[in-house]
Amino acid sequence: MSRKQLLGPDDIGRSIRRIAHEIIENNRGTDGLLLVGLLTRGVPLAERLGTAIKEFEGVDVPVGRLDIGLYRDDIARRINPTPIRPSAMPRDIDGATVVLVDDVLFTGRSARAAMEALLDFGRPRRVRLAVLIDRGHRELPISPDFVGKNIPTGRGETVRVRLQEPDGEDGVYIDSEETVDG
Amino acid sequence: MADETISPDAGSWRRKDLLDTDTLSREEIALVLKTAEAMAEVRSRPMPKVATLRGITVVTLFYEQSTRTRASFEVAGKAMGADVVNLTASGSSVEKGESLVDTVRTLEAIGADIIVMRHSKSGAPALAARTTKARVVNGGDGQHAHPTQALLDVFTMQQHLGDLAGKRVVIVGDILHSRVARSNLWALMALGADVTLTGPATLLPQTLVGASEAGRCRTTTDFDAAIEGADVVMALRIQKERQATGLIPSLRDYIRGYQLNETRLARAKPGALVMHPGPKNEGIEVAPSVAAGAASVIDEQVANGVAVRMAVLYLMAGRAA
Repeated sequence: MSRKQLLGPDDIGRSIRRIAHEIIENNRGTDGLLLVGLLTRGVPLAERLGTAIKEFEGVDVPVGRLDIGLYRDDIARRINPTPIRPSAMPRDIDGATVVLVDDVLFTGRSARAAMEALLDFGRPRRVRLAVLIDRGHRELPISPDFVGKNIPTGRGETVRVRLQEPDGEDGVYIDSEETVDG
Repeated sequence: MADETISPDAGSWRRKDLLDTDTLSREEIALVLKTAEAMAEVRSRPMPKVATLRGITVVTLFYEQSTRTRASFEVAGKAMGADVVNLTASGSSVEKGESLVDTVRTLEAIGADIIVMRHSKSGAPALAARTTKARVVNGGDGQHAHPTQALLDVFTMQQHLGDLAGKRVVIVGDILHSRVARSNLWALMALGADVTLTGPATLLPQTLVGASEAGRCRTTTDFDAAIEGADVVMALRIQKERQATGLIPSLRDYIRGYQLNETRLARAKPGALVMHPGPKNEGIEVAPSVAAGAASVIDEQVANGVAVRMAVLYLMAGRAA
């Protein structure tokens, strides 16, 4: 297996700051904004976006977390269901502009599950999707609104995002070898 | 910056069946409890239902009566979108003399993915598990085991006390005939708690194979001494028919020596939890004022039962390996 680094800590930091600007521009400010990170690594990314928006606009944007394990479309086909953790919404999502935040966009199945999970909490006015990496190979008609970096990949390659909070370092890597994607 | 809830989680469930807590590792119990936390969050939503188990059929097969266990499995299955079919011994072919093995095979042929079973004979769910590809969850068998009760009990304790390592749990009552006591003992020992089993000598086991070896479980007939400084006191139901068999001299004697009342509770650690697996005989094993008092988490046990059973059904809904 060969591992290549695609992004380092500075690249990740710049991507997050640019996405934060784009979110503010797209929303024309921060009114009604709610950032929701997908567990696991979408949560620290959403928190960092919140920190950047606070820096630019001086406003605290609420940050929630969403576990999509209960909304996957493959439970009965898997030998072991994925472990799940509690979701948490810091405010009522009715009428909010929700930005779903994830580390990697691949087949689009997680994003679909995330939308279903989110809608169980209420009826947001708009839902947007922000991802650090878009690696292509969509299996569903889903397109991100905010992207840190587009990375062309082979289907058999694995993109690994590592973040300080859970992993102890910031970096994006690509592993080349026929491995099963998680 | 270590955030436990966003750290990668390696645990996974690898058992076909859930028959008891005696062989569950600390990690397996932790996986069920963590999953139950997420299920409790689902239950707290305005719309407390998900579609995760859509297409999964859960059959509750109860040869012995039950209110909370059967109802809470049914609510748990339905809260995740499973199809739940309830069968009781009366009103089914069991009345016509169909054997356990035949019944279980029929349920498998009908498409049952998970069979939740209660039976008055110890070992019946284990027999069923061996004869079917469906997954079997023991909903209480004879005097043997009641694993989901123990899991909801430790879940409730952990919500209040955090890590149970070194915590002192006293279980009082008819230990000898209690599947709840047995399954709790194994789960609590796996989590590192110190367990004291207490009751009249006629209702205490003479030896606890394995448990006493670990040195963290003891038995005593002196409830008043055992309760001193306890973090949790769990009272078990006294079956009145035990009196007829001569195991209890009289209910009055039992109440005098073993009822969990205000005076005794005052000897436990301040903030100690009062628990009872139900159904309870208030005024016998527990005083009404204690059962309804500030220390009582008996209603929470029932509510947590749904979250814990959701966790068990979820973890067992995958394809059997």
